[in-house]
Amino acid sequence: MVDKIKRIDGRKANEMRKMYAKVGVIPNADGSAVFAFGETIAIAAVYGPRLLHPQHMQNPATGILRVNYDLFSFSVSDRKKPGPSRRSQEISKMTEHALAPVLDLKEFPNTVLDVQIYILQADAGTRTAGINAASLALAHAGIPMKDLISSVAIGKLDKDLVVDLTKAEEDFEGGEGPTDFPIAKVANSDEYTLLQLDGKISPSLVKEVLDLAEESCEEIYEVQKKALKEVVN
Amino acid sequence: MIKTNGAHEAQSQNADTAEDSSVSKKRKIVIPGEIIVSGEDFLPSDGAKRIGNDIVASKFGLAEEAGRVIKVISITGAFIPRRNNVVIGRVTNITMNGWVLDIDSAQSGFLPIDASPHFINKNEMDQFLCIGDVIVAKIWSINQRGVDLSLDGNGLGKLEQGFLFRVSPNRVPRVIGREGSMINLIKEKTNCDITVGQNGWIWICGSTMDDEIKARKAVEFVTDKVYVEGLTEKMETWFQENQ
Repeated sequence: MVDKIKRIDGRKANEMRKMYAKVGVIPNADGSAVFAFGETIAIAAVYGPRLLHPQHMQNPATGILRVNYDLFSFSVSDRKKPGPSRRSQEISKMTEHALAPVLDLKEFPNTVLDVQIYILQADAGTRTAGINAASLALAHAGIPMKDLISSVAIGKLDKDLVVDLTKAEEDFEGGEGPTDFPIAKVANSDEYTLLQLDGKISPSLVKEVLDLAEESCEEIYEVQKKALKEVVN
Repeated sequence: MIKTNGAHEAQSQNADTAEDSSVSKKRKIVIPGEIIVSGEDFLPSDGAKRIGNDIVASKFGLAEEAGRVIKVISITGAFIPRRNNVVIGRVTNITMNGWVLDIDSAQSGFLPIDASPHFINKNEMDQFLCIGDVIVAKIWSINQRGVDLSLDGNGLGKLEQGFLFRVSPNRVPRVIGREGSMINLIKEKTNCDITVGQNGWIWICGSTMDDEIKARKAVEFVTDKVYVEGLTEKMETWFQENQ
């Protein structure tokens, strides 16, 4: 069934856009990475662990993770007003929850790990690209982690499931309308750290969505792994 | 008061984590969650842990097999203070009973008043160290409140003259070399006094500006080429080319 679907850019239903990943792109940061899904490019920087201010947020038991996600004003076709918005704050928090389960910050009490994610160019799937970039940047910063996180958005165009939607597909307006289902997965285990849903989907299809996500996350993991191993040259 | 000779001796104890400390050990780049080796025969050390039958990396870096012990050495990231590290820090505050120093880590360093080599009047603490002064100190202990420093040791104390710059703290073992071979070579060839802090701060003092600039270039030559083998020999050729 998946092979018959015609997508705008000619991809198969389970085919991802061309991915690109590189670590160590920001010399001043303790860890950094870029990750791209086709036209969507995210850049992430990690600073710390460093002393947390305000002091009342400090946790003497463990370090905390603080994520800031934002789109650059030139990343979208209509200039985005710079500065935090409701949407960017929500995605920051969501990314934090998606990354925290693999991190082990007990060695760094009272500190904060700052992760800055910026979208250089947006063509749907910015939060998933952001999570992938942040996961790479955290590993690059030498932070103790259980595993990497890979993230992908699964979509539904009318009745057909497709992976890694573009903006054009996200705006699709026929049949049952578009559905966007961003997922983040712990790379080497069956744990999921993010499941969001925007649109309509029947519960019976969710199993299929997870299967597609697992397959795609494996591909993403390979790209991430390659990027990290390429540091030595 | 310049006390720097011998400061690197203390550092070279830490240099056994240097990437060129032992060529015979097996090394490879690992990523978090990757299985380094399988089997009951191995013991996980820093940056590795045992999950079932496997030794799994818990951070990104170079995995090293030293006999049965497996550890992962970070190659990137911020400075994590360890006991007995020699660091270079800058005084940021003077309190009732000591000095607070910025040592480029999450916690600030604290040098208690008793650590000073001679008696100091509590009302005139800035006679010994002012805000902005730079010192070489050793990490005495690490506790909840912060990092306690001490000046007991060869080459520790206040730094005057010379200049200071930063390199990545993970490159420090390479700059020092095995038993200080690299840093001694640079010192010898440039006639400069060099102190390398484990936090990546490097202090250089020479008789002429040209010597100091040359020493800095030499250090940066080393930090640029972290993964090259036989770097000390390459450094020697570099000096011959840049006489």
